[in-house]
Amino acid sequence: MHAPVPGHTHARALDSDGIPVITTSGLTKVYRSRGRDVTALDGVDLHVREGEVYGVIGQSGAGKSSLIRCVNLLERPTSGTVSVAGQDLTALAGRGPRAGKELRRARSRIGMVFQHFNLLSSRTVQDNVELPLEILGTSGRERSRKALELLDLVGLADKAKAYPAQLSGGQKQRVGIARALAGDPKVLLSDEATSALDPETTRSILQLLRDLNRQLGLTVLLITHEMDVVKSVCDSAALMEKGRIVESGTVSELLATPGSELAAALFPVGGEATGADRTVLDVTFHGEAATQPVISQLSRTYNIDISILGAAIDTVGGLQIGRMRIELPGRYEDNVVPIGFLREQGLQIDVVGQEPVLVKEGAK
Amino acid sequence: MQPLLSQACSETFSMVAWSTLIAVAAGLPLGVLLVLTDRGGLLQNVVANKVIGQVVNVGRSMPFIILMVALMSFTRWVTGTTIGTTAAIVPLAIGGIPFFARLVETAVREVDNGLVEAVQAMGGNTWTIVRKVLVPEALPSLIASTTTTIIALIGYSAMAGTVGGGGLGDLAVRYGYQRFETQLMWITVAILAVVISLIQFAGDFAARSLHSRGGRSGPAPKLRALKAKEPEAADVTKVA
Repeated sequence: MHAPVPGHTHARALDSDGIPVITTSGLTKVYRSRGRDVTALDGVDLHVREGEVYGVIGQSGAGKSSLIRCVNLLERPTSGTVSVAGQDLTALAGRGPRAGKELRRARSRIGMVFQHFNLLSSRTVQDNVELPLEILGTSGRERSRKALELLDLVGLADKAKAYPAQLSGGQKQRVGIARALAGDPKVLLSDEATSALDPETTRSILQLLRDLNRQLGLTVLLITHEMDVVKSVCDSAALMEKGRIVESGTVSELLATPGSELAAALFPVGGEATGADRTVLDVTFHGEAATQPVISQLSRTYNIDISILGAAIDTVGGLQIGRMRIELPGRYEDNVVPIGFLREQGLQIDVVGQEPVLVKEGAK
Repeated sequence: MQPLLSQACSETFSMVAWSTLIAVAAGLPLGVLLVLTDRGGLLQNVVANKVIGQVVNVGRSMPFIILMVALMSFTRWVTGTTIGTTAAIVPLAIGGIPFFARLVETAVREVDNGLVEAVQAMGGNTWTIVRKVLVPEALPSLIASTTTTIIALIGYSAMAGTVGGGGLGDLAVRYGYQRFETQLMWITVAILAVVISLIQFAGDFAARSLHSRGGRSGPAPKLRALKAKEPEAADVTKVA
């Protein structure tokens, strides 16, 4: 695996030590309202590697919105540092509440798309896309050339002269994306970009982000509360709770981590044990193991009856993955051998209702 | 009668036109500044905000006739006289500035903060935000505010007329009230009614056509019952 070269095509699989494009360390944000302190971010360390799509997921109030807004310093962190593309933005920001020239210049190289699109209703689609270029001081002819090129890229070349009010939600977000790309950013921040859209449109917008990520080598940091978003486009993900990142890693690493909340949420399987003296296992298949008839082998080898409580096969972050919840007769102690057999087959086994300590050796 | 009327009309027109121009030119930045300096604004400055706000409030609530008398020495300093149409423009403009500034403030405040944020995220500075977001996005409301200001200034100009400013108000008082020439007074009333309706109509039309182009992001300007039919999408694009 090679680290992606800037400006080159996207390398699909990422190794853990790719070049970090967005790094936050010890990021803390405390809001003061009426004498009370509300901690929105509590020491967040985030590392987004070049060329990946990184999803931060969490419930509302978990601090993900504060996090993404701290990345381009729309929100000033209380403490901690943010650096984007090797530039320490927190150092550029200075003390004052207003953004200095250097910070504004750095911001112009970070694209951002918003949940509510935030297009100027007084401007045509093309003029909206030209706005960042006007700010950069690009000449008129170059602006319109670039804007039309970007609109073509997002599939809206025919809407250049329309006003935002005449577009559907999905089209507005495409304009928002085209606008975000106008400054040739290396990094795109997506603040719940699909949350105001219907499922069908959400899919097409995510597909667009994915395509841009691949074609332009664009690094995307997105925040969302929808697991489906992470599932369909993200290479890496982080779970936020109460201002902290509680889990993070590449999607495949997460899926291979026993007891990972994110993995369970990414790929849920349901089903309750049918009795007290039963052992319930979550079996996760990926890669080679997915093609082996392990369950019937298990049943034949140990002569036990296996009930399948739930199962699903899905593509997560571009990987084929299967998960199954099965029930074996007898307690955990009685099933140590069959469980060992399953692990030998290269499957990841999580014993439901058992301490994660017991399954530690399965983490591989 | 004819020359009397046409002279009065042109006096009123000149008073209102000049004072509107000055009120808009000064009230617009003042109104924008009121929003910017407010708590959480881009140029947050609580002291400046309070001072400007207070000046605007006092200016707005001062009865015009008192303002006019109070400003006499200032008027003399600016125009060299306190009598006549030119002299009347000074208190009219000064009365119009805070009036318009408050309306601007309300209009600009309605602009979605997300748009401001989007432009900040692009690297725009405060001036860019004012020029490319706040004013253009509030434009339909600003036009409606200008209409309101013009009509208010027509009202004030009649008062200015009674103390030597000339114009239609002066005509109505001198001929209609003091000389019992009722006919002339009614003609004055009719002219004013027509002019005010025309201004209101033109203002509404301009604001509305801009607004329906912009869709729901802008605040809806107050529409009058006069015109019941919504403009069709077709003539919207024509205007746009």
